[in-house]
Amino acid sequence: MIEVKGLKKGFNGEEILKGIDATFLKGKTNMIIGASGSGKSVFLKNMLGLFEPDAGEIIYDGERLGEMEIERKSDLRKEMGMLFQHSALFDSMTVEENVMFPLRMFTKMKKNERQERANEILERVNLPGLNKKMPSEISGGQQKRVALARAVVNYPRYLFCDEPNSGLDPKTATIIDNLIQEITHERDITTVIISHDMNSVMEIGETIVFLKDGLIAWEGTNKEIFKTDNKAVTDFVYSSELFKKVRIAQNEGL
Amino acid sequence: MRFLRHIGTYMMMLLGVFKRPTKAIVLKELILKEIDDLVIGSIGITAFISLFMGAVVALQTALNLDNPLIPKSLIGFATRQSIILEFAPTFISVIMAGKVGSYITSSIGTMRVTEQIDALEVMGINPLNYLIFPKIVALAFYPFLIAIIMFIGIFGGFLASVYGNLVSLEEFVVGLQDTFIPWHVAYAFIKTIVFGFLLATIPSYHGYYMKGGALEVGKASTTSFVWTCVSIIIANYLLTQLLLT
Ligand SMILES: Nc1ncnc2c1ncn2[C@@H]1O[C@H](COP(=O)(O)OP(=O)(O)O)[C@@H](O)[C@H]1O
Ligand SMILES: [Mg+2]
Repeated sequence: MIEVKGLKKGFNGEEILKGIDATFLKGKTNMIIGASGSGKSVFLKNMLGLFEPDAGEIIYDGERLGEMEIERKSDLRKEMGMLFQHSALFDSMTVEENVMFPLRMFTKMKKNERQERANEILERVNLPGLNKKMPSEISGGQQKRVALARAVVNYPRYLFCDEPNSGLDPKTATIIDNLIQEITHERDITTVIISHDMNSVMEIGETIVFLKDGLIAWEGTNKEIFKTDNKAVTDFVYSSELFKKVRIAQNEGL
Repeated sequence: MRFLRHIGTYMMMLLGVFKRPTKAIVLKELILKEIDDLVIGSIGITAFISLFMGAVVALQTALNLDNPLIPKSLIGFATRQSIILEFAPTFISVIMAGKVGSYITSSIGTMRVTEQIDALEVMGINPLNYLIFPKIVALAFYPFLIAIIMFIGIFGGFLASVYGNLVSLEEFVVGLQDTFIPWHVAYAFIKTIVFGFLLATIPSYHGYYMKGGALEVGKASTTSFVWTCVSIIIANYLLTQLLLT
């Protein structure tokens, strides 16, 4: 479980996060949603300690991130997996070396064991046979899947995904969403997913916080989000033409 | 003020490089790769340059020697002195600031803007150690490169003057062996060690702390080249003052 209390963060005098309180549950796919530029990535980077919060606390299973020694923080991070918005694959390594990297760094696994695990995970993200390619030789969507494989290969205790399926075709996006959810349940991971894709929200939004103007404007689950009257949420949800039509159809009783 | 802040951050970076080391076996591999990229990969171009520069130094000396009282052996002597004292350590380091320095800045800078450095950090790896330490170690082998360069430079001078019939082989060799001061070689290698450290760390600093996107990576490489050159030139002056006077 990760708790966020009173988190504030600004840049050059402009406040992006204005006091965020949220709880992300273990064994669940927890989502942060909000418009582009609303500060979702900044929120996540504060949780990871890549940004220093201006105020507030991030608490990992009872332990305050802000009070940790750097060594403890390193150890905690060895239990984290992160899928970056733009993949952030190591471009000097092959696909397979990228995926095996956390195993190589933090486990005593032998080369063939690492290889086996990497292949297993690459198969789960539906990417067999690309092992020896360099990141620059595969498409953006494939890079994203490799990055997800790298994030989960060592079965982390905490998994963070920044827009895991932006830039993917709907079918692959669904595969990725389902895989994240499966692994989360299977390994009891505390998973935090940033998204603005309503399909994902419907599919795997087990808990949802909605970020607007630097604050949590709404929280609930994917069952509740379509019933709420909160104007900010409905504006966000029904900004997509598809969902607008679905709603009109519902209203007309079809 | 801004300058002082840069110095401060640079010092903090150096401290960070030696903390929380990466797994030894991984580090060893990274170091070998950097030796290959930074040192061995630079032999070709620097050897080419020094062969011709040695030749030019010898030619210039020969062409300016019209006083019959000055022995021809001065050509060998002048070539040896200028190559060992300044040309190989200093001039080649400025070339290296262009070749190796911009490579280091752009590769680390690209990792910064594409969040690869963040990815390392989130995994609990110390990116400073992982990225910069192997470069410092690799460039500790830089004096070996410079030793080769010294030989090649003097060889170039020999080819130009002896085969250009400006001086006999015997006279050139007499000049080469004339008043040889071992401390001069030590001085040259002390400089080389310092320059190697500057070549590894200043470009790393410019890459690691850069902000922005692909365009800024290019700008950072240019800035990095300028500052690496300036530091080498100033360090050269200070070390010469300190060691030779
Ligand atoms: N390192 C930074 N320095 C200054 N401003 C930043 C930085 N990172 C993000 N911001 C600003 O914070 C705001 C939110 O960005 P971000 O969290 O990336 O949005 P998103 O919700 O699309 O992920 C943007 O206005 C962005 O310009
Ligand atoms: Mg974002």
